[in-house]
Amino acid sequence: MEDKAIRIIDIHKSFGTQKVLDGINLEIEKGKITVIIGQSGGGKSVLMKHLIGLLKPDEGEIWIDGAEITQLNEKELNNVRKKFGMLFQEAALFDSMNVFDNVAFPLREHTKLSEKEIESIVEERLRQVGLRGVTEKMPSELSGGMRKRVGLARALVLDPDIILFDEPTSALDPVIALTIEELIKETQKYMKKTYVVISHDILGMFRIADKVAMLYDGRIVEYGTPYEIKRSNNEATKEFLRATKIPGLSGGDV
Amino acid sequence: MSGDIASKIFSPLLRFVKEVGNIGLMFLESMYWGFRRPFKINYIFKQMEFIGVNSISVVVITGIFTGMVLALQSYHGFRKFGAEGLVGTTVALSMTRELGPVLTSLMVTGRAGSAMAAELGTMRVTEQIDALIVMALNPIKYLVAPRVFASFLMLPILTVISDFVGILGGYLIAVKLLGVNEGAFINKMVKYVEIEDIYNGLIKAAFFGIILSVISCYKGFYTKGGAEGVGRATTEAVVVSSVTILIFDYVLTSLMF
Repeated sequence: MEDKAIRIIDIHKSFGTQKVLDGINLEIEKGKITVIIGQSGGGKSVLMKHLIGLLKPDEGEIWIDGAEITQLNEKELNNVRKKFGMLFQEAALFDSMNVFDNVAFPLREHTKLSEKEIESIVEERLRQVGLRGVTEKMPSELSGGMRKRVGLARALVLDPDIILFDEPTSALDPVIALTIEELIKETQKYMKKTYVVISHDILGMFRIADKVAMLYDGRIVEYGTPYEIKRSNNEATKEFLRATKIPGLSGGDV
Repeated sequence: MSGDIASKIFSPLLRFVKEVGNIGLMFLESMYWGFRRPFKINYIFKQMEFIGVNSISVVVITGIFTGMVLALQSYHGFRKFGAEGLVGTTVALSMTRELGPVLTSLMVTGRAGSAMAAELGTMRVTEQIDALIVMALNPIKYLVAPRVFASFLMLPILTVISDFVGILGGYLIAVKLLGVNEGAFINKMVKYVEIEDIYNGLIKAAFFGIILSVISCYKGFYTKGGAEGVGRATTEAVVVSSVTILIFDYVLTSLMF
């Protein structure tokens, strides 16, 4: 039994003359929360888009559950994508559908379940993310935090093996951000799936990560548990950690 | 240096050719995905309602006033040589062959084409299109194909309505207001307007439906750059669709009639 959910081997990607990924190597463990931390515009989203086949690398291999995905055609990629759920930065709920239909959408399109079964699954998922009585609401009527909860419910609805989170706490106030972090931690504990989170919010992510990868200058410069990262001597890592400290406040210390 | 000049001359041309090619590809893809199971019939019906049913009022108003002004103008022309009886024929031929399909398509471009570009553009910049792909669902099948099919089906129907109210408007002005002989109006119209005139107009309308929906969806689908990008995509969708419709109108007319 393979204990790595995703293996990324020497991925390179450039857009025009701009090198974004410059030899990424990373092994993401099954059933753990791995957080990839890097600066804004530093290629985190690009890396995540590679995992799900939205972008193809110029060089390198990506293995998911024992299959190399960079050479697959759309149809084969779609079979791989069914193993994934994804929570987008702004949740990416379909504005033309209400909350219930949004969460039910993957079930309706990919399964032959009856409406009754779909209803019970959707309600359970919404309960798991802490939402009640919002099924009839449209996405535009929800707050940012609630939209992320619905997005998470939708990402979880097909029971995927791997769930990707693109900046789950950005654009949220610190209190709501904390509740989303807790929700990520809780659902992971409960469902035991592989979670991959990309974020620049180093402080928040240390609370939930089992493993942290530091992305800097197109490479993974550091990979380990939050405890190991805190004690790193790597210059880039230290600089990133310095930015999170508030002088004179104990809470500023990571 | 000479390379610079050459690239300055040729790069807009290349961009144009590339854009035309991409629009053509989007059309082919929407056909491919639209005819594959599972069929998204309910998506097509929803778009038929939006593109067709909701455009009826605008098409009726445009059609009836166009028919009215046609009758008014041609009456004043024909009266000079005593041929007022031909007003009905003129209105009917102009509406069925030309103004019915073209004006209907332009109105639908303004109403529904702009909405398609804005909606798909917003879905692009808010990652809803990516969300579909991540769910292993093809966005062309879910978003583009239903709009193209619905436009293809609804434009001829809207054109029939436009033709009818246009002729009705012409009748009201010519017969009821200007006193053209009712028998002459209807007789000459029935005598000179062939069924092909109507058919060919409807074929044109179906073509225009494909043109406006593919171009509008294309502009929306590949939107870049946030809210500003959505605005730009919407404008381009309307301008490019309208111009293309008028160009194809000439080409199709010269081929058909």
